[in-house]
Amino acid sequence: MADLAADAAASMPRRRTPSNIGRRLAPYLFLLPFLLLFVAFLVVPLLYALDLSVWRTTLVGGTRFVWADNYVKAFFDQKFWYGVLTLIRFALLQIPIMLILALVFALILDSGVVYLKSFFRVSFFIPYAVPTVIAALLWGYLYSTNSGPAAQIATALGWPVPNFLTPTSIIPSIANIATWEYTGYNMIIYFAALQAIPHELEEASVVDGAGGFTHALYVKLPLIAPTILVTIIFSIIGSLQLFSEPYLLINVARTVINSSFTPNIYAYTLSFIGQQYNYAAAVSFLLGAVTAVVSYVFMLATQRRGRQ
Amino acid sequence: MANTFDGGPGRPFGRRGFLKGAAATAALPALGALGGRAAAQETVELTYWAWTPGDPDMVAAFMKAYPNIKINYQNVGQGAPHYQKLRDALKAGTGIPDVAQMEFNSIPSFKALNALADMGQAGANDIKDKFVDWTWKSVSDGDKVYGIPWDSGPMGLLYRDDVFSKSNLTPPETWDEYAEAAMKIAKDSPGSYITDFVGSADAGWVAAVLWQKGWRPFHVDGTNITIKINDQIAKDWAAYWQKLIDAKAVDTAPAWTADWFAGFDSGKYASWVCAAWSPVLMISAMKQSVGKWRAAKMPQWNKGDYVISNWGGSTFATMAASPHLKEATQFAMWMGGNLDTAKFWNQKQYLFPVVKEVLNDPAVLDYKFDFYGGQQVNKIFAEAEDHVDPSFEFAPFQDFVNTHIQDEFAAAIGGNGTLADAFDRVQDAIVSYAQDQGYTVTS
Repeated sequence: MADLAADAAASMPRRRTPSNIGRRLAPYLFLLPFLLLFVAFLVVPLLYALDLSVWRTTLVGGTRFVWADNYVKAFFDQKFWYGVLTLIRFALLQIPIMLILALVFALILDSGVVYLKSFFRVSFFIPYAVPTVIAALLWGYLYSTNSGPAAQIATALGWPVPNFLTPTSIIPSIANIATWEYTGYNMIIYFAALQAIPHELEEASVVDGAGGFTHALYVKLPLIAPTILVTIIFSIIGSLQLFSEPYLLINVARTVINSSFTPNIYAYTLSFIGQQYNYAAAVSFLLGAVTAVVSYVFMLATQRRGRQ
Repeated sequence: MANTFDGGPGRPFGRRGFLKGAAATAALPALGALGGRAAAQETVELTYWAWTPGDPDMVAAFMKAYPNIKINYQNVGQGAPHYQKLRDALKAGTGIPDVAQMEFNSIPSFKALNALADMGQAGANDIKDKFVDWTWKSVSDGDKVYGIPWDSGPMGLLYRDDVFSKSNLTPPETWDEYAEAAMKIAKDSPGSYITDFVGSADAGWVAAVLWQKGWRPFHVDGTNITIKINDQIAKDWAAYWQKLIDAKAVDTAPAWTADWFAGFDSGKYASWVCAAWSPVLMISAMKQSVGKWRAAKMPQWNKGDYVISNWGGSTFATMAASPHLKEATQFAMWMGGNLDTAKFWNQKQYLFPVVKEVLNDPAVLDYKFDFYGGQQVNKIFAEAEDHVDPSFEFAPFQDFVNTHIQDEFAAAIGGNGTLADAFDRVQDAIVSYAQDQGYTVTS
């Protein structure tokens, strides 16, 4: 950015007028509000965490510099990798379901066959606006084996009460909450992308004899493929950051959610319960690295497929 | 609901100011008339962190009695969040309160951070005789005083008279009788259990009941720590509960949930080995089972014994960082030791008293609870208070221990090994943690 501005200034006739200086400064002034927040709330905390992660403060003995010790320890920490594995299982289940649902909803809304379009758009989006804390409390009730609606219906019909919070069902249960929360969000992104597709294309494909379904499959989908890719990347990143949903369900699912259920919960436990702030910082950076690798591998895979 | 990994969601419940089922009837004397030793000096400002309802009232009363001390009261969270913020402030080195609520089992953790001031230097020992002996022993080390006792939780048993009667059971005197009763209830009342084993959700409870059995997992001596979490006492205790779990004679649902309370109310759970703050909590939480509950002595491991442990309870602690040790200690002493204040905590907030004069007050002891079929429940717990063995020592990183106990018990209950295996895993994890923290560990 700086280079561009400098080049632009250099290529211009040498005329030191106030407006010229203003032109050079303008982009930075416009960027300033963002940069201030970016530095204060992202760069500085990251640097602070990075600094934390190379020290070790203990109850006895104080603080000492340990180089990459914390990272080495984290890399061989079974609990960390178990949490990552949990999240990969979660992501493989949840992301396809959520994004396919979001896509279907967006296509239906975009196709114009629905009345009350804005009503549906808003109602799909509402779960995203519900604070996660409230959502988890809500689902805690819905999943309850005693007072929850599923349990009550099952009891009334004399069926066995379904348990949503067993070791095998906990991941689908959390995936269900996340799907409910974020489908509307992704739907809006797809919907916006679909709206940007020129109308002429639809007219053209109708002339060529394509029905609504064929048009959606062969025209709309390829055109919004880059958007879909972005949502997948966002979802992968979001999945690896999973914290609130399991954290808030822990009270009702004690036997299946523990203090290292996901890497973020593990980092939380380490720092705020175990007072291992340094180690927690290293675990957080390792999670960041894992996220970067997973995202990169995914992008690489899709690019290669695109080239074939 | 208090969260979660710290293992202590249980305790704070006891401190809520429930208005139902008033425990005592004596009127509170006008606090404004207490008088004080206030001298005309410049005003000292103290910051005070606590989460007990009624704090603002007592703070106001204190400031009336001591006009030269101004208290800024802040409620920064209940239980775990309170300690987290305290640790954060200590780490930051700024924003540390002068006085803070400090549960008995958190004192060693904050002592390990050198965060607690010795109030003995400011005259706290003057009022030591006012307090139940074991509570004072728990907050002091010789003449050093790290907290002024506030309330306590000597343990006992609450049980459903209706469910017990159905199986012709009387309250069990020993743990063996308790196990027999468990089998009987499971047989006679399908769908009912004598209790819910709460180990996966409440390590505070685990420590409390093991305390009674003689478990002494930690001993700190400077930078040396002895860790014996998985000793024979723990293994025997684990085997006792494992047998009941395997026989499906106790439930293993997560504790402190709405479903869990509903279980007590519906008769699904017929008893609770609990603390002195539990009776009032149950009154507030139960809807259908009013009048069906009774209280009894905590079951004993040997017939004829009278060994009681403590679960929960708080103190007022002065922080070492406070520049006003004298005033902060004055405040802590008044909040815990002043007779009318102690009465207020008991009568208005239903905290179980630690001041002897309040504990022995006939208005407290003789009060008949309709919820407990007219039983004088406080008498049982007041008697228990005299039998608490204060030799139990908590770890200087108790929250972390609690988290591991809960995680490993949850795993065991979920089918990954037994409770005895869980103790082994906790031992290994905590030994390695303590070594990481720089302690010299004996195990």
